[in-house]
Amino acid sequence: MSIDLSQFHAVFFEESFEGLDVMENALLELQPENPDSELINSIFRSAHSIKGGSGTFGFISISEFTHILETLLDKIREGEEQLDVDSVELFLQSVDCMRTMLEALQAETEPDTTRADQLAIMFQSILTGASAAEAKGLDVPATGASPVIQESVLPGSDSIPDSLAGFHIEFTPEADMLKGGNDPVRMMRELATLGELTSTPDTGALPTLRDMQPDVVYLNWCMDLHGDMPLEDVQEVFEWVEGECDLSISRLGGSADSAPEVMPSNVAEAVDHAPDGTSTAATKTKADEQESAKPIPDAPKTASPAKPAPAPAARAGKAESSSIRVGIDKVDSLINLVGELVITQSMLGQMGGSGEVITDDHIGNLREGLVQLEQNTRELQDSVMRIRMLPISFAFNRFPRMVRDLSLQLGKKVRLELRGEQTELDKTVMEKINDPLVHLVRNAMDHGIESPNVRADQGKDETGTIVLNAFHQGGNIIIEMIDDGGGIDADKLVAKARANGIVGDNEQLNQEQKLDLLFAPGLSTVEQVSDLSGRGVGMDVVRRNIQELNGSVDIDTELGKGTTFRIRLPLTLAILDGQLVTVAGQTYIFPLMSISESLQIDEKLVNNVAGGGDVYNLRDEYIPILSLDSIFGLRTEPLSYDQSLLVVVEAEGMKVSVVVDDLMAQQQVVIKSLEDNYTRVPGVSGATILGDGTVAMILDVAGLIGLAGNQKTMAAGEIAGSAA
Amino acid sequence: MTKILAVDDSASMRQMVVFTLQSAGYEVVEASDGLLALDAAKSGHFDLVLTDVNMPNMDGIALVRELRQLEAYKYTPILMLTTETAGDRKMAGRSAGATGWVVKPFNPDKLLATIKKVIG
Amino acid sequence: MDNVQQDKVPAVAAQAASMVDTINQEGFQDLQQFLTFVMEGEEYGIDILNVQEIRGWDNVAPIPNAPAHVSGVINLRGAIVPVIDLRVMFAFNEARYDENTVVIVLKVESQRVNRIMGVVVDAVSDVFSLSEEDKRPPPNVNQNISQNYINGLTEVKGKMVILLDCEKLLDIENH
Repeated sequence: MSIDLSQFHAVFFEESFEGLDVMENALLELQPENPDSELINSIFRSAHSIKGGSGTFGFISISEFTHILETLLDKIREGEEQLDVDSVELFLQSVDCMRTMLEALQAETEPDTTRADQLAIMFQSILTGASAAEAKGLDVPATGASPVIQESVLPGSDSIPDSLAGFHIEFTPEADMLKGGNDPVRMMRELATLGELTSTPDTGALPTLRDMQPDVVYLNWCMDLHGDMPLEDVQEVFEWVEGECDLSISRLGGSADSAPEVMPSNVAEAVDHAPDGTSTAATKTKADEQESAKPIPDAPKTASPAKPAPAPAARAGKAESSSIRVGIDKVDSLINLVGELVITQSMLGQMGGSGEVITDDHIGNLREGLVQLEQNTRELQDSVMRIRMLPISFAFNRFPRMVRDLSLQLGKKVRLELRGEQTELDKTVMEKINDPLVHLVRNAMDHGIESPNVRADQGKDETGTIVLNAFHQGGNIIIEMIDDGGGIDADKLVAKARANGIVGDNEQLNQEQKLDLLFAPGLSTVEQVSDLSGRGVGMDVVRRNIQELNGSVDIDTELGKGTTFRIRLPLTLAILDGQLVTVAGQTYIFPLMSISESLQIDEKLVNNVAGGGDVYNLRDEYIPILSLDSIFGLRTEPLSYDQSLLVVVEAEGMKVSVVVDDLMAQQQVVIKSLEDNYTRVPGVSGATILGDGTVAMILDVAGLIGLAGNQKTMAAGEIAGSAA
Repeated sequence: MTKILAVDDSASMRQMVVFTLQSAGYEVVEASDGLLALDAAKSGHFDLVLTDVNMPNMDGIALVRELRQLEAYKYTPILMLTTETAGDRKMAGRSAGATGWVVKPFNPDKLLATIKKVIG
Repeated sequence: MDNVQQDKVPAVAAQAASMVDTINQEGFQDLQQFLTFVMEGEEYGIDILNVQEIRGWDNVAPIPNAPAHVSGVINLRGAIVPVIDLRVMFAFNEARYDENTVVIVLKVESQRVNRIMGVVVDAVSDVFSLSEEDKRPPPNVNQNISQNYINGLTEVKGKMVILLDCEKLLDIENH
């Protein structure tokens, strides 16, 4: 049968990447001086699975490399080998190395094995080094030693051709051999396929029928197998019962007086090289050769950690997988819901098809049916959405490694705490929140957490803590990044902002507004730009990214105590809670999350700021009024304020209001991309299809503010207003 | 129809094994670790169990040991999927009561040949 | 409006199908097929491989701040598909919409452009096939249409047909 193994490749890659993540996390958690055996087991299992799969699917470079890893891990697991910080580092580098190789294979290119070869040599030297040091005389199974074993089992087998006339076999199973599921009859049958078999059972040990037990073997056999077959084939028949039988295989024919070629009866011992000295001289020689061929077992071990860790950057290039694995429970719940839907549908169908005169009863039942249908639909929608939901641990899992590497690099001591890792969110949201989170954590490591001596001076624990916490709140997921570092000096921010002209000299800011400056473009409080942050993307990009996900971010900080960033995101990108509004006969949708209130316009409260457009005095706060008519160029003659409504929205820490003709329903809408077939439209984050099949634009409030332009003037208006 | 229980924590290996066996006309039930396999074995009868060794929750050796405790699986052939390095583990599997093993990496043909050997 | 779809589309499609048969039977592999349509009395042709479907004119939702020739977006079985009015784009005149007004849904999947888009034309007229040697390079005939969008010229039944380049038509960023 020919089976195309490539159909399993995608799953293999997916699970191998997951396995590498498991290895990485376990390695990071591992305390080399006091290793948790369950962690080592899970590392071993992952390496083992990758090896098994890669071997089976023909990715030899991976299986060869993992083989060495596995050998060492097995020894560690058995307590024959100790873990130390250096070997953990080597294993971590191996994880990176395998990830890169797997990515190459996934992209159907030949992986570069240079790094793997280097690592393999280091592992090999640990293996040989240790064995040489510990037990010179002890037998060490060389890695990949199966050919050696074959030779040792068959001393002199090359001197006589295997294919003379056959073999004489004496086979005495142990009484309980059947318990292993090995049936002597099966073995006879198999021998018979190799050649002509004559067998004589010895019934001497057979008890009387009354004493006979069904699961005990009482017989032994003397067999002659005639034909042209290699010894290995004959041995293979008995491979599974080694150690549970007395077996002797000798060659038939030839001169009977020559020394009988009795093969070792208990093959198992020889195969295993049990360390009780049964191994043959041939193996010894091989092992010795290997030892002498591999010089200096101690030098590479100390040299290995000196090599700088390869940049873990390859990770970012990880191919975006287009499949998700779904738990069977989620699928089952979908099936149940569809079942209910079918019932409701047939109920409604019956009503519609009855053909009777419609009575009030019918209407009542119909209403009931529709209510049920609505509920079914909502539940179905929730369940379908849940399929796309993954635990945030997928995003959090990269941080232990990052924090570890960064703290080494920065000379800081940082402990990372992950909470709420099982909190689920949409796969796409998760993918997009990754970079902002990485940026925040880097920032916290770089600027937030102080160096150990500074912390000690301040009476803090030398080891700083960064907490990543996720939980659900309403229809949102909240992700907190909490550090116990130095906090953010808001006044320093203001000084900087004034120096850069972002804030006017006379403007007074409240605490919230001051901290908000952190997200202003082109503002960094760090005097000394470090390698990690403070260049490239800034906090403004972080906030922008979060807002593109229809989310928001707040800061709490206390000088000397630490900072909390709180990111609020919708659970899914596919669906949005929207407020429908109409302007100039078209329907538009505001994300409900961005709306703080909607109100009737009191014309007395509208003021015109010279050159800055109109502002609305909302409880003594002056809020810029944006007109979609002018921003989108809809009507030259918009409705007057008294015929309109005002929707107050917030974005980028700024409050603005948008004039609309009318407020319509609030409803969930499915977000569709405009960019698929068109281009990005400023002020619009996407489109949706309404119940009547028409298309409506979903507004991007931050984009609207940008379009309205002149942000600074508006900000100034707002600030001046709130200070008043 | 011959019914086989295939146990492996690796989804790709499991899929490969299941696909191979089904293509050869066997009825296959799969399980991703020893505990699940034990449950499956208890709730149905299988003519052959094919299990990986290294698995979370309950490994293959413990699974074999548990299965042999069950009246229904006293003589059922149980094959372990193992790697050549694990010589001592092979023996541990044997002493736990496994019938034999299939050495990884294996290809579908080899797997089927070994299975035929056991259940004809 | 639906009558446009019902009357014209099957006819055009059937014709196209029979042509494909002819080509397959006779082995004229180098023949390219074109769908022609009329705007302002002139005939234009587009490669039929780019034509996904033909629809009647239906209400479109305007896209804020879009160029005048972008009429808006429509809901094409759940996908948001922009519609451009070629008559406006080629600066003929104000767009009119009547029962013959047709939206040809074009699909281009190339390295540079990969999208679905509707184009509004006055009416669809015919399908014909053409070999490369029947194609003539575009002379500077019509100052109104940017040379960019023209692929070549040809003559069908004594009438000139302007062949349009779909990829460039749909490359909306570079209009």
